[in-house]
Amino acid sequence: MTSDIVSFASLAPAWPELVLAVGAIVLLLAGVIWSRERSTAIAFLAIVLLVAVIAVAIWQPAEGVLFNGAFISDGFSRYMKFLVLGGSAFALILSTSTAKPMGLDKFEYSILVLLATLGMMVMVSANDLMSLYVGLELQSLALYVVAALKREDPKATEAGLKYFVLGALSSGMLLYGASLVYGFTGMTQLDRIVGAIALDNRSIGLIFGMVFLLAGIAFKISAVPFHMWTPDVYEGAPTPVTGFFAAAPKVAAMALFIRVVTVSFGPVTHDWQQIVIFLSIASMVLAAFAAIGQNNLKRLLAYSSIGHVGFALVGLSAGTAVGVEGVAVYMAIYVAMTIGIFAAVLSLKTKDGFVETIPQLAGLAQKRPFIAAMIAIIMFSFIGLPPLAGFFAKWQVFLAAVDAHLFVLAVIGVLASAVSAFYYLRIIKVMYFDEPKEEFAVAPAELTAVMGLSGFLIVTYFVTVGSPLYAAAHSAAGSLF
Amino acid sequence: MNIFDNILTLVTFLPLLGAAILLFVPANDDAGKDLARWIALLTSVVTLILSLWMWARFDNSNAGFQFVENYEWIGSSIGYRMGVDGVSVLFVVLTALLLPACVLASWTSIQNRVREYMLVFLVLETMCIGVFTTLDLAMFYVFFEGSLIPMFLIIGIWGGARRIQAAYKFFFYSFTGTVLMLLAIMAMYWQAGTLDIRKLLAFHFDPSVQFWLWIGFFASFAVKMPMWPFHRWLPEAHVEAPTAGSVILAAILLKLGGYGFIRFSLAMFPDASLQFAPFVFTLSVAAIILTSLVALVQTDMKKLIAYSSVAHMGFVTMGIFSGNVMAVHGAVFQMISHGIVSAALFLCVGVVYDRMHTREISAYGGLVEPMPRYAVAFMVFTMANVGLPGTSGFIGEFLTMIGTFQVNTWVVFFSAFGVILSAAYALWLYRRIIFGALTKESLKGILDLNLREVAVLAPLVILTILFGFYPAPILDATAASVNLIAENFSKAIGDTAALVAAAN
Repeated sequence: MTSDIVSFASLAPAWPELVLAVGAIVLLLAGVIWSRERSTAIAFLAIVLLVAVIAVAIWQPAEGVLFNGAFISDGFSRYMKFLVLGGSAFALILSTSTAKPMGLDKFEYSILVLLATLGMMVMVSANDLMSLYVGLELQSLALYVVAALKREDPKATEAGLKYFVLGALSSGMLLYGASLVYGFTGMTQLDRIVGAIALDNRSIGLIFGMVFLLAGIAFKISAVPFHMWTPDVYEGAPTPVTGFFAAAPKVAAMALFIRVVTVSFGPVTHDWQQIVIFLSIASMVLAAFAAIGQNNLKRLLAYSSIGHVGFALVGLSAGTAVGVEGVAVYMAIYVAMTIGIFAAVLSLKTKDGFVETIPQLAGLAQKRPFIAAMIAIIMFSFIGLPPLAGFFAKWQVFLAAVDAHLFVLAVIGVLASAVSAFYYLRIIKVMYFDEPKEEFAVAPAELTAVMGLSGFLIVTYFVTVGSPLYAAAHSAAGSLF
Repeated sequence: MNIFDNILTLVTFLPLLGAAILLFVPANDDAGKDLARWIALLTSVVTLILSLWMWARFDNSNAGFQFVENYEWIGSSIGYRMGVDGVSVLFVVLTALLLPACVLASWTSIQNRVREYMLVFLVLETMCIGVFTTLDLAMFYVFFEGSLIPMFLIIGIWGGARRIQAAYKFFFYSFTGTVLMLLAIMAMYWQAGTLDIRKLLAFHFDPSVQFWLWIGFFASFAVKMPMWPFHRWLPEAHVEAPTAGSVILAAILLKLGGYGFIRFSLAMFPDASLQFAPFVFTLSVAAIILTSLVALVQTDMKKLIAYSSVAHMGFVTMGIFSGNVMAVHGAVFQMISHGIVSAALFLCVGVVYDRMHTREISAYGGLVEPMPRYAVAFMVFTMANVGLPGTSGFIGEFLTMIGTFQVNTWVVFFSAFGVILSAAYALWLYRRIIFGALTKESLKGILDLNLREVAVLAPLVILTILFGFYPAPILDATAASVNLIAENFSKAIGDTAALVAAAN
């Protein structure tokens, strides 16, 4: 086998990953040698590194296939990588001021986030079942540790353990599926599997393999019925970690999902469509009803993220370029909303510590009107009310579903969004309609800035980012079809 | 550049600009509250002036859309398109007219979070005007649904004791209906390849597709209108909302449904509209008779007026789906007239509520002695609500009934009972509140209308009587567009009938 790497320049499509990998290792060494006390400096450098990687990705927009077809950089992977990098960078920003009380003031935290991000970038760019698995495991292993980083806290340890056991199970299913797919097609490279399927004319073994593969990925995006770990992990993990889990890894896994089904399993679209439709309906409906009874803010956000995955899958159900476009837009808006809401949750502090339950929010609008307004905006956006960004996200995915004549799915989806409005509105009701009970601390400046940015983008989506974001998603989806 | 190239953008988004300025008004001390009130008043008055100026420049003989702006925006689907025709132009003016009244009516009664209150009202004004001025179906949805957020907050924050339940009910009824319309909008996009309302009006949807699209739109508009039996949210929302909230709810938000029926259901799905007409007539008659009866037994003033709104909207839906010039004309007029009259009635309730803090009818009586000016204003609006000739209420009901008579006699026969019943409940309400002996101690010291309240109610009194005797300004503006819509409707159903005949 000859290598396709002849020079450093020929590695251009993978430069962002290389920069991140080298940077993460350098920071790890620096952390060890320097001092264990300098976690803030390392976190700052990690953010700078992520920004640098984004800059490399912007200025070196090389596309192509590398490493004997295991790695691909195309419009779609570039789009998703920006979301992943942005999500990770903001997650690190969220944890700077709250690192100490949350037990995250260890330099390993930032390094693990960087390594997880590297894993996500490999997932997004994976063009082979093997690189797909390697990326997924790099990400997952880093995340398991991050979830349990607060060692002395039994809840966090429990969350880490749960995440690890269920994650390992899903990895096993994914591997099993991958081996079946390889067995029935003789290929591991995603864009060659498709040719083998066309010849093979969909054997039952291949479909079996595909189902296992998709089940493994469904774990990672926490689609129902593979969602059980989500509420527990979200609740148990320190809040900045939860914010990180909710944003970037979801994007990476969703990107992987999209690439696998559209690139490899194009000829059996009808078969995976059924799976995706089921996952989508189950996620939307279960999340809408299960979240109503939640009193813990982070558990509620866990169910909310399950629901949003369901809505994003509505777009993928269509199995068309319009659908992928919709998912791409949806994930971008979802990341912006998620980062914003976690910035808000992290800045909610009373004299007894961080706010964990919804009744504690009573009267927030009178005590901290800015935070309350930002939460309200994000909640209305989660519901999908125009003119906020969340509406345009739903617009794109449902547009694709209606185009594909999936009317039943679309009707169930919009009705589920009406039900989900109930629990989102409850938060607004508690903040705005109830009388205040407690005093809230002043929000740290960087959290205020992140919240403000998120709120601003959500409110002005139609005039500011809407059009360019749509254009980017359009060309990203175009590179897959 | 001519200002009229962008007059609709100005009228629509000026209130939003005012809202943005309000964000920078300092905290809620007394000076800040006053500043917020003045900014809101100024913004809404300038918007009113601009909208009147637009109306003055509106060409009554042109049936098409005027002051058009058209830009592509997000991808190929959503565009920024603006324009008004004879059906929508007056609603823009009506909304702009009532907003200053709302601000003035809340001048002293709202003391809590004034800045936020004024802010959401201005946002609500943009949403309501936007519904009437946009020519893009997705943008229509954005404005239509966007009005839920401010109204939810208005009821929930500044409402009465049971405000939370009322706000939730309002939200869920509207939201559930509207998301179904969203799917219909998407289906229309894939059918016609555009969301430009002008192109959609020219597009002919297949009758079998029309059937489902009509249902999708009906789910939304019937709740908004509200038609019987989808009206359950309305009385609660009205009772719990602050006075100005009730005014906007009755005068503008209900009209969004009627406007939608004319613009979309009737004009774009004529075959389905014809098919569903008997169904709509049945619900309309039920609304007119049943809710009038319900209004008779109410003990809360606001609830009584809310039920009378449902009954009056019954005439509107009846007129719209008759589909002929006279009836649709009457429906539009009835909506404008009801916008003025119901708003004024809620303002009147607000006047006494501010003084006595109760809306129970039995708590009042004999107000004519201490409040003569109030008694006169209330009388004018009561008569208009009854539909007395010489008030604007008469013209609308009369036209819809004549128009519908040509289509279905029985519907008109039953709806005529509504006219009688409305006289019963409205006059009885008036008698119980204004006349009778002034026996209640608490009422003896009640003050008559002050200058601010006169300033709010006087223009509405004048308009009610003016349009009763001289309806031409409204009828002229709407004539050309209504003619076109009715013509297209009869042509479309004629075409289908011809096709069916040819097929047989």
